[in-house]
Amino acid sequence: MPPSDTPSTEAPQGVEGQPQIVFDQVVKRFGELTVLDRLDFAVEPGERVTLIGPSGSGKTTILRLLMTLEKVTEGHIHVAGEPFSHMRRGNHLVPANESYLRRRRRSIGMVFQQFNLFPNMTVRKNVIEAPVHVLGLSKDEADERAVELLELVGLGDKIDAHPTQLSGGQQQRVAIARALAMRPDILLLDEVTSALDPELVAGVLDVLRQVAESTDITMLCVTHEMGFARDVSHRVLMFDKGRIAEEGTPEQIFEDPREERTRSFLRSVLDNGF
Amino acid sequence: MTFWDMEFTAEAMPDLLSGLWVTVQATVMGYLIALTLGLLIAVVRRVRVLGALVHGVMEFIRTTPLVAQLVFVFLLAPSTVTAMTVGVVVLGVHYSAYTAEVYRSGIEGVAKGQWEAARALSLPASRTWGAIVLPQAIRKVIPALGNYLIAMFKDTPLLFAIGVAELLTQAQRIGSVSFRLVEAYTLVGFLFLAVSIPSAILIRRLERRYAAV
Ligand SMILES: Nc1ncnc2c1ncn2[C@@H]1O[C@H](COP(=O)(O)OP(=O)(O)O)[C@@H](O)[C@H]1O
Ligand SMILES: [Mg+2]
Repeated sequence: MPPSDTPSTEAPQGVEGQPQIVFDQVVKRFGELTVLDRLDFAVEPGERVTLIGPSGSGKTTILRLLMTLEKVTEGHIHVAGEPFSHMRRGNHLVPANESYLRRRRRSIGMVFQQFNLFPNMTVRKNVIEAPVHVLGLSKDEADERAVELLELVGLGDKIDAHPTQLSGGQQQRVAIARALAMRPDILLLDEVTSALDPELVAGVLDVLRQVAESTDITMLCVTHEMGFARDVSHRVLMFDKGRIAEEGTPEQIFEDPREERTRSFLRSVLDNGF
Repeated sequence: MTFWDMEFTAEAMPDLLSGLWVTVQATVMGYLIALTLGLLIAVVRRVRVLGALVHGVMEFIRTTPLVAQLVFVFLLAPSTVTAMTVGVVVLGVHYSAYTAEVYRSGIEGVAKGQWEAARALSLPASRTWGAIVLPQAIRKVIPALGNYLIAMFKDTPLLFAIGVAELLTQAQRIGSVSFRLVEAYTLVGFLFLAVSIPSAILIRRLERRYAAV
């Protein structure tokens, strides 16, 4: 059993049983290189899924496909029961055009390994930019939201600072607040602590634990922080060469992995001191 | 003959200063054109088909001499258009081919993650460019843009070719009336220095200021 101050890891049941995210025979190639190989999986609304696997196994690519930073080569992605990588035209599906993607990806937020804050804006401006210019919130409404979220991530006092004045950990927490300010249904986290000095990792993970606890956002999380993965995720997917090698609850995967590939991967992560 | 004739200097100065004033005006106006048009070109160049076309035109402008462009446009322009207007526009357009390259390098220098973060937030293109990419890109290229201001200033004597009453034209006129061409041209040299040295110092300062951030 997880300790009581960690989020419940009982898998949620989707509304009317409809998955939030569906990958249907998704293939992604970069030139000759096949990165995702006829990948099938589904994520329920409110579910928190951790993606693990060796470097180059395609984890980042999955998140980037969902953020529409890449396009599928073959197959389909559905989000909230509607085509996402594609759109309906008459009776069939055609690759989604830019305006369709712009509309659909609003429900998805992403936090990057390298934070990617806008260095020419204050923390406040970073957080309110999209709520004001995408959601059409008034400056005051957006500001209120920014204050609230920055309090949540423990940076209420840094609202008028510039990103360059913050530590990596602080920058990443601002990036989390910025993504949450759009009230996304889905949050994508790509190795959000990998670029941080070791002593700054815990602060960021604590914030994410709190987000997991206090919201029902669907989370897809690529991480090497196995303790964190165990605390917050309902399910772990182990990737290898663009396919799911093994999946299960965190307990199953971390304590009793069936696949040799999973075992050797987990060993290498431990050896590297993650 | 004395080494330096103060009397001649005093006599020539008003006309030379009015020439300098025309030179400065042509530079500043041409520069404003080069700054805005260059930016527009740099952004348009990111659009596939249009970008290639614009790129071709800019290559042409960069590889033909400015003075030829001045004379060519001056001869084609309707007689109602003044030589000064032709000069300013041609100078501005010519230099926009260079400033566009400067802006382009600035835009390319903006980290890929910035575009991706903007996309992840679903920001419209207007905000991605206007609030994120261009402010960062322009900041980095301010010194390079400043250098083109000085380069343009030094190129304005070419307006002489189409009869704009700028500094060199004035000196030529004074010199041929008084038969003191050498002195007139020497004064022109000093006047150019008097403007370009302080400008260069100012630009270096800007450079240091923006490099520090
Ligand atoms: N834009 C790209 N062009 C070419 N190859 C890429 C590109 N993006 C990723 N790859 C390749 O795809 C593979 C999977 O990458 P990625 O999804 O980042 O893996 P992971 O996140 O699991 O380490 C890697 O071999 C990587 O080099
Ligand atoms: Mg990765």
